[in-house]
Amino acid sequence: MYEFDYTRPSSVADAAKARGDDSSYLAGGMTLLPTLKQRLARPDKLVDLSGLAELKGISVAGGTLTIGAMTCHADVANSADVKKAIPALAVLASGIGDPQVRNRGTIGGSIANADPSADYPAAVVALNATIHTNKRQLAGEQFFKGLFETALEPGEIVVKVSFPIPKRAGYCKFPNPASRYAVVGVMVADTASGVRVGVTGAGPCAFRAKDMEAALAKNFSADAIANVAMPAKGLNTDLHATAEYRAHLVGVMAKRAIAAALG
Amino acid sequence: MNHVANPTGIGASVKRVEDLRFVRGKGRYTDDIRLHGETHAYIIRSPHAHAKIAKIDTSRAAAAAGVVMVITAADLAKLGGLPCGWLIHSKDGSPMKEPKHPVLAEGKVRHVGDSVAVVVAETLAAARDAAELIEVDYEPLPAVIDMSKAAAGPALHEASPNNQCFDWHIGDEAAVKDAFAKAAHVTKLELINNRLAPNAIEPRAYIADFIQATGETTLYTSNQNPHVIRLLAGAFVFQMPEHKLRVIAPDVGGGFGSKIYHYAEEAIVIWAAGQIGRPVRWTSDRSEAFISDAQGRDHKTVVELALDKDGKFIGLRADTLANVGAYLSTFASVVPTILHATLLAGNYTTPAIYCNVKAIFTNTVPVDAYRGAGRPEATYLLERVIDLAAIETKRDPAELRRINFIAPSQFPYQTPVALQYDTGNYGRTLDMALAAAKYKDFPTRRAEAKARGKLRGIGIANYIEACGIAPSAVAGALGGRAGGYESGAIRVNPTGSVTVMTGSHSHGQGHETTFAQIVSDKLGIPFDQVDVVHGDTARTPFGMGTYGSRSIAVGGSALIKAMDKIIAKGKQIAAHLLEVSDQDVVFENGAFTVAGTDRKKTIGEVAFQAYVPHNFPHDKLEPGLEEQAFYDPKNFTFPAGTYICEVEIDPDTGVTKVVDFTAADDFGRIINPMIVEGQVQGGLAQGIGQALLEHCIYGADGQLLTGSFMDYAMPRADDLPMFKISTTDTPTPCTHNPLGVKGCGEAGAIGSPVALINAVVNALSEFGVKHIDMPATPQAVWRAIQTAKSKT
Ligand SMILES: Cc1cc2nc3c(=O)[nH]c(=O)nc-3n(C[C@H](O)[C@H](O)[C@H](O)COP(=O)(O)OP(=O)(O)OC[C@H]3O[C@@H](n4cnc5c(N)ncnc54)[C@H](O)[C@@H]3O)c2cc1C
Repeated sequence: MYEFDYTRPSSVADAAKARGDDSSYLAGGMTLLPTLKQRLARPDKLVDLSGLAELKGISVAGGTLTIGAMTCHADVANSADVKKAIPALAVLASGIGDPQVRNRGTIGGSIANADPSADYPAAVVALNATIHTNKRQLAGEQFFKGLFETALEPGEIVVKVSFPIPKRAGYCKFPNPASRYAVVGVMVADTASGVRVGVTGAGPCAFRAKDMEAALAKNFSADAIANVAMPAKGLNTDLHATAEYRAHLVGVMAKRAIAAALG
Repeated sequence: MNHVANPTGIGASVKRVEDLRFVRGKGRYTDDIRLHGETHAYIIRSPHAHAKIAKIDTSRAAAAAGVVMVITAADLAKLGGLPCGWLIHSKDGSPMKEPKHPVLAEGKVRHVGDSVAVVVAETLAAARDAAELIEVDYEPLPAVIDMSKAAAGPALHEASPNNQCFDWHIGDEAAVKDAFAKAAHVTKLELINNRLAPNAIEPRAYIADFIQATGETTLYTSNQNPHVIRLLAGAFVFQMPEHKLRVIAPDVGGGFGSKIYHYAEEAIVIWAAGQIGRPVRWTSDRSEAFISDAQGRDHKTVVELALDKDGKFIGLRADTLANVGAYLSTFASVVPTILHATLLAGNYTTPAIYCNVKAIFTNTVPVDAYRGAGRPEATYLLERVIDLAAIETKRDPAELRRINFIAPSQFPYQTPVALQYDTGNYGRTLDMALAAAKYKDFPTRRAEAKARGKLRGIGIANYIEACGIAPSAVAGALGGRAGGYESGAIRVNPTGSVTVMTGSHSHGQGHETTFAQIVSDKLGIPFDQVDVVHGDTARTPFGMGTYGSRSIAVGGSALIKAMDKIIAKGKQIAAHLLEVSDQDVVFENGAFTVAGTDRKKTIGEVAFQAYVPHNFPHDKLEPGLEEQAFYDPKNFTFPAGTYICEVEIDPDTGVTKVVDFTAADDFGRIINPMIVEGQVQGGLAQGIGQALLEHCIYGADGQLLTGSFMDYAMPRADDLPMFKISTTDTPTPCTHNPLGVKGCGEAGAIGSPVALINAVVNALSEFGVKHIDMPATPQAVWRAIQTAKSKT
């Protein structure tokens, strides 16, 4: 690590003010701290978000589940409210990393970081979530722009994420054997605005599988997508999976997510 | 078991005494040690796989805050290279190419991670900051990565223009040719043995402390064999008098072979501490470990097996390319040769065997022994080709193996590849394993899995291992530059407790427990009266350390010899005290007794007289009760066994799940069944890791693509099934050591990868898949299925 200043403000406004051009917000630190330890980033200051009350808590109201940005994965996984409202989201959170990561890493940090193989983005896209920042509200579908790229402006803070509660949803992930991030993760949700399929891990950032959605709109069953092939073009290739294998896995994970949604 | 009498003696599953400190976080590892005035070393490593160093400018770093000194190769001109401990001769009689392995790169870097310069500073942060100010001008060269293309690449070392270290062979080539000419069937297979990163949980760590007043240096090192390090560093690298170097290997968190070797960083801290007169410490981080710890395996082999019409093996031929990496690590040369090809008879009577091994330099991290060291590679190729032969000749894989077994009546058995097995009963472990695995009922389980959409497969493998490289004279004749003995000293303290000093070393094996059990058993004293001292050249006699599953067979035998001397002396002291002749005294249950009477002296009473010798046979004996022994084994020991693995493959994803694993091992006599089972479990976990998950992959440019746990997959608890391990049944004790023990540390890692791959291939049999290379990742299995489907 290089030297940096550290501050822990107690309001969102102070946090935004405290952050200079070369500073970083610190949430759970699960991604940021290893980057600093390897000297891959050199922020002049860390603005710790853990003192911000507005970023905490889980609530359900008016058919929407809202999760504060600083809520850790373990709290989402274990929340009775989440399990009742969107059980698939609790399943997703319970499959992130390991117990240490789940008890430190946060939903805000995860989506702000926009790792192509992170789990939450599949849910943000499939459930048509709304990202509430200190400046505005962003539609989940437009939030992820590319590899580690989001619609957030420099210094913008994710305050909370709200998920309209779907009729039913399921999540299934194919974990990387080493890191256990998602090689492919698919959330299938039957929502008020139609069936939505959110895919993470496969491409540069999370996206909707619209051909599958169309098939599922007519018939919400695994059989419905048996012949809907995911094109490999544009998907990621790495040591663990070629684009072709990933495309295949999207289909398999989608079918399993549907089975989970159908309980 | 005939040892229930002593609850802490041989055969008892005594809980590990060392675990009291380990599980409570009270272990004392090298990095836990803090010395007054210590400094921190940081190594600048090459980002290139192959490059000339045009210039190094350290001036800004040397002037930076907190920097004590900066070191480059120019400063170390007087030091020798890191030595290799085994000289192999090529088949043309020429010695292997043994280019210098410098402590810091001299004019050229040869792998990513090669050490180029060192900053020693007041803090690690200051050292790292200063390291960024060092400017190294590299002139990159093409990297030599693929062994089969190495000859055409630029030479890594001037001494070896074609990048070949040696071209060695063993066996009767003509006899093998004849056998193949008359074979009823020949099975041929090309395979790789995947390269592994050892990944001990404790990374390497070193501290050197130079005491000016005495001229003595103490090296604390996370290492498996402190005396060997003292010898290699002292005699070869520094040419310093050995008695001026003390090497301490305190608690060590795993080695798996990777901590046998003398590494550059040890030499660096020793040298720097001597220069600045202050302690210098270095601890590897995980990323550094991936590019600086010697790696394992990495063979490419073509193997052929000739069978007669009855399925008898009549000839075996193996042609292996062995990657040694950029430099010869300490035992790199013996692993693919002596420890590999001599095992190719396996458990079978194959009369003609020939093996050719070409060792190749590449721009990768050096390769050396890793749990099993050569024997997993031998077992893998042999048991794979046998399985394929069973498929091709439509024989049951268990029965094909059985008809080729060396029969119990054939021991001692001379193999065609140098080794002479003293004892074994391979049919016995095969039967044990088949029964425990319910082999006969497998078709039912396969059908049941099929109904669930899963492909179930079963795989069998036998293995034989050779432990405790021995005897020393033979090792020397084969090129070994060290002995194969072990030392042990027994000090009976004046009040009757015992201190054991062993040249062996424990880094997870539990010596502090098992060695104490051996003493408790033999001297008839309670286990808690015995302390085992190891890992300090100042406190133990010269010893060879722990690797190759040798500790109990060699180190344990040395203790027996030392205790025999204690008992012999004790008898004379007791005879004097009891006023009888020496011959009338017997030693049993911890007491010297006049035979046929109840007159006796306990070992404590005898010890007290030995140290307070008021009533003592001074005319015959010296006071004191302490004896030392060195034990040089007459032969290797030959543990053997049968492993059976059952897997289920998800054809949709290619994921292989190990659903059942049976191990039946013949380790000879067992000291502590619980510890032995633990050793087997650990070995199986590593073997399953190799077969399913682990792989060091280098890009064509020589970058290690799997340089962190994000991409290098270690086995985790949920990758493993509950193991069925039968080790307490010991069919054949070793015939030539006093304990009848054979060694158990590596077996699990030797026999399991091939059992697993055999199971995977069996599961995929309906697609006609004949082979899949390790690791059988989901993608590889899925692709094998797709390829097979597209062919039909
Ligand atoms: C071993 C390991 C395994 C993992 N496995 C998985 C996995 O299986 N699946 C998965 O999805 N993830 C996985 N992760 C990542 C984990 O979920 C992290 O928690 C997440 O990526 C980042 O969250 P964080 O709270 O730790 O953020 P931090 O590391 O603190 O921050 C990450 C980035 O986001 C920014 N940031 C954080 N919070 C906000 C905010 N509220 N507003 C604006 N910007 C913000 C920070 O400035 C920083 O740039 C793993 C991580 C590790 C270390």
